Amino acid sequence: MRPLVVGGEALLIELDSAAEVAALHAELLRRRDAGELGAVRDVVPAARTVLLDGVRGPRALAERIARWEVPPLAETEGPLVTVPVRYDGPDLAEVARLWGVAEREVAGVVGDTVFRVAFCGFAPGFGYLTGLPERFHLSRRATPRTAVPAGSLAFAGEYAGVYPRSSPGGWQLVGTADAVLWDPQREPAALFAPGVRVRFEEASR
Amino acid sequence: MTGAALEVVRAGALTTVQDLGRPGYAHLGVPRSGALDAGALGLANRLLGNPPEAAALETTLDGVGLRALAPVTVAVTGAPCAVRVSGRAVAWGAPVRLRAGAELEVGRAEPGVRSYVAVRGGFAVPPVLGSRSTDLLSGLGPAVLSAGTVLPVGPAGPDPVRGADALRVPGVPGTRAGLVLPLRPGPRADWFEPASLAALWRAAFRVSPASNRIGLRTEAGPRLERARGGELPSEGMVLGAVQVPPDGLPVVFLADHPVTGGYPVVGVVPPGPALDAAAQARPGVPVRFVRAR
Repeated sequence: MRPLVVGGEALLIELDSAAEVAALHAELLRRRDAGELGAVRDVVPAARTVLLDGVRGPRALAERIARWEVPPLAETEGPLVTVPVRYDGPDLAEVARLWGVAEREVAGVVGDTVFRVAFCGFAPGFGYLTGLPERFHLSRRATPRTAVPAGSLAFAGEYAGVYPRSSPGGWQLVGTADAVLWDPQREPAALFAPGVRVRFEEASR
Repeated sequence: MTGAALEVVRAGALTTVQDLGRPGYAHLGVPRSGALDAGALGLANRLLGNPPEAAALETTLDGVGLRALAPVTVAVTGAPCAVRVSGRAVAWGAPVRLRAGAELEVGRAEPGVRSYVAVRGGFAVPPVLGSRSTDLLSGLGPAVLSAGTVLPVGPAGPDPVRGADALRVPGVPGTRAGLVLPLRPGPRADWFEPASLAALWRAAFRVSPASNRIGLRTEAGPRLERARGGELPSEGMVLGAVQVPPDGLPVVFLADHPVTGGYPVVGVVPPGPALDAAAQARPGVPVRFVRAR
């Protein structure tokens, strides 16, 4: 765990793995809810870091956090949402080929994985989901699409994601989810918030 | 709601509704947003007896034209500009009463970029996630103003407005002489060549015309050379973060900045007067960075 002071009121804590990020993020939320964390406006997990913004005295907080015992996150910890998916994406055949499975087996590979939202970004409600075994990690498309339809289930690198709205993107598209990923009038606005576990099940035709 | 409202007659180059923004949602991918020159927004609201979180209009370079549909009191702050009511010159940086039907014309910013038009009671467009700010990066909040839009006005605070006469209205600092931005190194200063970092404190950049509400881009300065290759995994970004993309030219993140980013941050400009001045710096203005304590 390596704390880096960011300006006068933020702290970036660098970790070695996504699992360590998930564990520290959960610990930070626990301590914030228990009133132990003090002033903090934003807790922002990312790929290998957690940012604490709106902190009074980031250096002192860094010293405190360095002394914490952070337990690893249990696989069963965190709320679970189930998202139905139609496997109708334009890259389905290519993804099946890269994974070395038949097209109809892609749903099984995805469905057997319990994903976790590692962090959000790119657009409100877009979650970067980890959990896919390493042999299924994919590179981005050579040429990004100018418009990826809303609801697209997509893969790139170690991540899976569902586009909350139509936007450009270079991820490989395997299917479509009808779930409302983002609705600022809803509480919570984002279906995929950091720490949430996600299962994709094949929608009945 | 009071029933008072203003109609947009001339929208200007880019006029948006802005308040203090929506902090606290970065973990969901929602930028902070809010007025770029937060000091000017605060002053406009104080002049009118509004709470600090009241929403105002932020104009870009060429002002805005509004028609009062009921009697209202307004104030214009930020970048200095000519202010007229139905053709007659009135005070900038002071409360101005508009009769029903009167037209407020907020002129071209000179110097600076962004003027703020506040109304007593605040603009009462529907809030999204606790804020009325337009977020241009992620498309949250009210649409960019267009002619014909009717903006409702909220209920006014207590009367009379206390202390408004005693407020000192500042000019816009640093926009003619050049912009000087205090920079606190880190968190990724070690990604750059030490010689390149040392040169940063002596370097003169210029504000690039590609600057916007997301960031103040620089041009014409020395390229910051990387000491290490490879990619930085995406990480959380703060307001005022100075990110250095592969072209080596610093970008100062302003209110609509993305919540995470993948380029190293060489340092942070603390929010406050310097960042407010950055929001008022026109393309071509010289920029220097000085080491912050």
